[in-house]
Amino acid sequence: MTKCTTLVVLSMAGLIAASASAGAQSTTGDQLAGKLVITGASTLAPLIAEIGKRFESLHPTVRIDVQSGGSSRGVADARQGLADIGMVSRAMKEDERDLSAFPVARDGVCPILHQKNPVQALTDEQIVAIYTGKITNWKAVGGNDAPITVANKAEGRSTLEVFLHYFKLKNVDIKAQVVIGDNEQGVKTVAGNRNAIGYVSIGTAEYDATHGVPIKLLPVGGVAASTESVRTGAFPLSRPLHLATRPSPSGLAKAFIDYTQSKAVHDLIREQYFVPLAD
Amino acid sequence: MVKTLERNLDGRELFASILVWSAAALVTATFCWFLGDIIWHGLSQISWTFLTAPPRNAGREGGIGPILVSTALILGVCLAVSLPIGVGTAVLLAEFTTDASLFGRLTRRSLDVLSGVPSIVFGLFGNAVFCKMLGLGFSILSGGLTLACMVLPILIRSTEEGFRAVPAGYRLSAAALGLSRTTTLFHLLLPAAVPGLLVGLVLGVGRATAETAALIFTSGYVDRMPESLLDSGRALSIHIFDLSMNVSGGDANAYASALVLVAFLLLINGTASWLAEHWLHRRIVTI
Amino acid sequence: MSRWPTDRLLLWLLRGVAAIAGAIVLLIVTFLVMEALPVLRHVGVARFFTDPSWHPTEGFYNLTPMLWGTLFAMVGSVLIATPLGILSAVFCHYYAPPVIARPYRRLIELLSGIPSVVYGFWGLVVLVPLIGAIHPPGPSLLAGIVILTIMILPTIALMADASLANVPQQYLRGAAALGLPRWATVRGVVFPAAKSGLFTGVILEAGRAIGETMAILMVCGNVVQTPHSLFDPMRTLTANIALEMAYALGDHRAALFVSGLVLMGMIAALVGAADWISRGRIYG
Repeated sequence: MTKCTTLVVLSMAGLIAASASAGAQSTTGDQLAGKLVITGASTLAPLIAEIGKRFESLHPTVRIDVQSGGSSRGVADARQGLADIGMVSRAMKEDERDLSAFPVARDGVCPILHQKNPVQALTDEQIVAIYTGKITNWKAVGGNDAPITVANKAEGRSTLEVFLHYFKLKNVDIKAQVVIGDNEQGVKTVAGNRNAIGYVSIGTAEYDATHGVPIKLLPVGGVAASTESVRTGAFPLSRPLHLATRPSPSGLAKAFIDYTQSKAVHDLIREQYFVPLAD
Repeated sequence: MVKTLERNLDGRELFASILVWSAAALVTATFCWFLGDIIWHGLSQISWTFLTAPPRNAGREGGIGPILVSTALILGVCLAVSLPIGVGTAVLLAEFTTDASLFGRLTRRSLDVLSGVPSIVFGLFGNAVFCKMLGLGFSILSGGLTLACMVLPILIRSTEEGFRAVPAGYRLSAAALGLSRTTTLFHLLLPAAVPGLLVGLVLGVGRATAETAALIFTSGYVDRMPESLLDSGRALSIHIFDLSMNVSGGDANAYASALVLVAFLLLINGTASWLAEHWLHRRIVTI
Repeated sequence: MSRWPTDRLLLWLLRGVAAIAGAIVLLIVTFLVMEALPVLRHVGVARFFTDPSWHPTEGFYNLTPMLWGTLFAMVGSVLIATPLGILSAVFCHYYAPPVIARPYRRLIELLSGIPSVVYGFWGLVVLVPLIGAIHPPGPSLLAGIVILTIMILPTIALMADASLANVPQQYLRGAAALGLPRWATVRGVVFPAAKSGLFTGVILEAGRAIGETMAILMVCGNVVQTPHSLFDPMRTLTANIALEMAYALGDHRAALFVSGLVLMGMIAALVGAADWISRGRIYG
């Protein structure tokens, strides 16, 4: 019994010691110190986390905590003050005008096919027909005689909204065989099925395609899909990525947002295969 | 007639043998296929640096050091909270309530319902209660407490089974010797019920380590080395999820992290088994 | 009542602790109800079962196809995992030489701890293309059932293993003395003796099957339709919550909490049925 008691006492002591050493929670006036909580879109989370790490190395008394949970969570938390900054991976909506939005980068959305699919390009009308279920076999668009597996994104996702907006569709009209959540799920679904078509963020698709994943990016409206064409503005399907806060942020939040919009982080943005905003 | 009976019995026995061995073979084959896939893709990434360095470039490079520490802390909090509550409830259900008692039946049923609550509902619940209402924010403590809620039903039900298995003779002999129920419990029944407790612990630890959806909303996404229990810390399962589903090109490290998780589990399960065998169970001699 | 004050203290302590454990479920249900109330108020309960489809952004909230999806996936996986799990436990105890039984048990313990994302990932990358090659599109009810079976198997196998271990030695010796062969002993003596543990194991695994989110999300296709064949893609209620919660606001979000309540209702019905079946006969 004494062995047991000693073990319990030691572990309790350990836990108490660990929780006693809590980090600093205050934000003082001039000197940058304290903690920023940033929540929102999972697309933006890796990028903002990397920028946060660089910011922390420049200001050692600062802690930047990035959490995911989706664009709506970012908006809701920023509004209620549960987070200092919200990450939103789309254009701001009409009823979100009460927040200040700061664009950070751009990202494109393009359709992807399996690398071995002989179809090289699809017109806008063909894509609409495929997605509304009017064309169901690849041979109708010049491919093999095989049924098309249509992959659509889940409701509320920003890539879905960009797609629907450009092709002037409503989600009720789309007949899909697979519904995916995150971009990588879409890539893996298409990579595992020769007859699948889906659409994902260009950043994700380009990275994967150049690293050996068997997918290819389709041009839209005749413009090839790449981060380069999104940068020049030639590519029609793109979305801005924002940081949103309550009106007029100050102190640590403002410093971080300024840093995110500065040239110093353009390399990080490119590393994640997004497009820095025009200089 | 005896001969026919024997042959029939042999036939049935043979069939049963084949059935049992094929079930085991099927299970082993599926799991080996699955584990083999992970080992095949993940082994090349493992190194000492991988186990201790912090992640870089969104996890594509670097290691998982801080993540392992966060995972261990979350698990620690979860067990520290769920073991006392779990064992206590199991003892009450097994020893101090009759099968017909309403309290006993209600508690058991509510635990059964609890075991079926989806992990994402736990995550949202944990977020609302521990992070917001109790003000803990995204932290290891919130994550551990949420996991404790998830693990409780498994722990309680199997510990209760462990107690049920202890022969009535033990309790009766103890009463005959004039021992108080508290003494009987701590010195006799608890050591004897350890196999049930162990299964509950193993299943519970398994469920806790495997949890993803519940932790995204409670212990969070931050991959820095945690400095206190109130810091947000990324658990291994969330890291694997992020690398495989959110970060392009993170597959290799996702496999490696999965492999580390498997090794981590082997370690915990092995230690638990060893502890049960050599420490608690040996204190009583069973005939 | 006991003579010793420690006993009384212990009893109250235990009652307090058990009350905490029992109250958690009530807290969760209260939380779900509070979050779901807004949409229940202006949309009403009936529409969740009679609307033409599930398109919350357009105001359609039919949950029925997803309810069927959850049900089929759970029933399918429990039907396959239970015999496999119980037979695995029988294998460990009565058929395998100890040198095989120990690693086999370790293997199953290991598998109970693997994150659902890893199973989902393997399913997405290995299983789904395999099924797709047999019958497009690949992500389907079948993929969901297979992955769920693999995930819940350790639960039933380990619980069965523990309950078989608890069967008193005298029973087995008595059976041997009567000349009963192995399978007859297992079927006639061991199973009835272990039935409470086996039953608990089935309930725990069914609960796990209903509640599984991540892996199902990755392999089932997530199309909101009632599956008419094993190869049809479908969406479960849990996958629905996980998929859409991140981006839902207002009524859409509250509707997702309604689906959470429906899930709790399903589980409560399952547990109630189990209670009714087992009354007196399992624990008595």
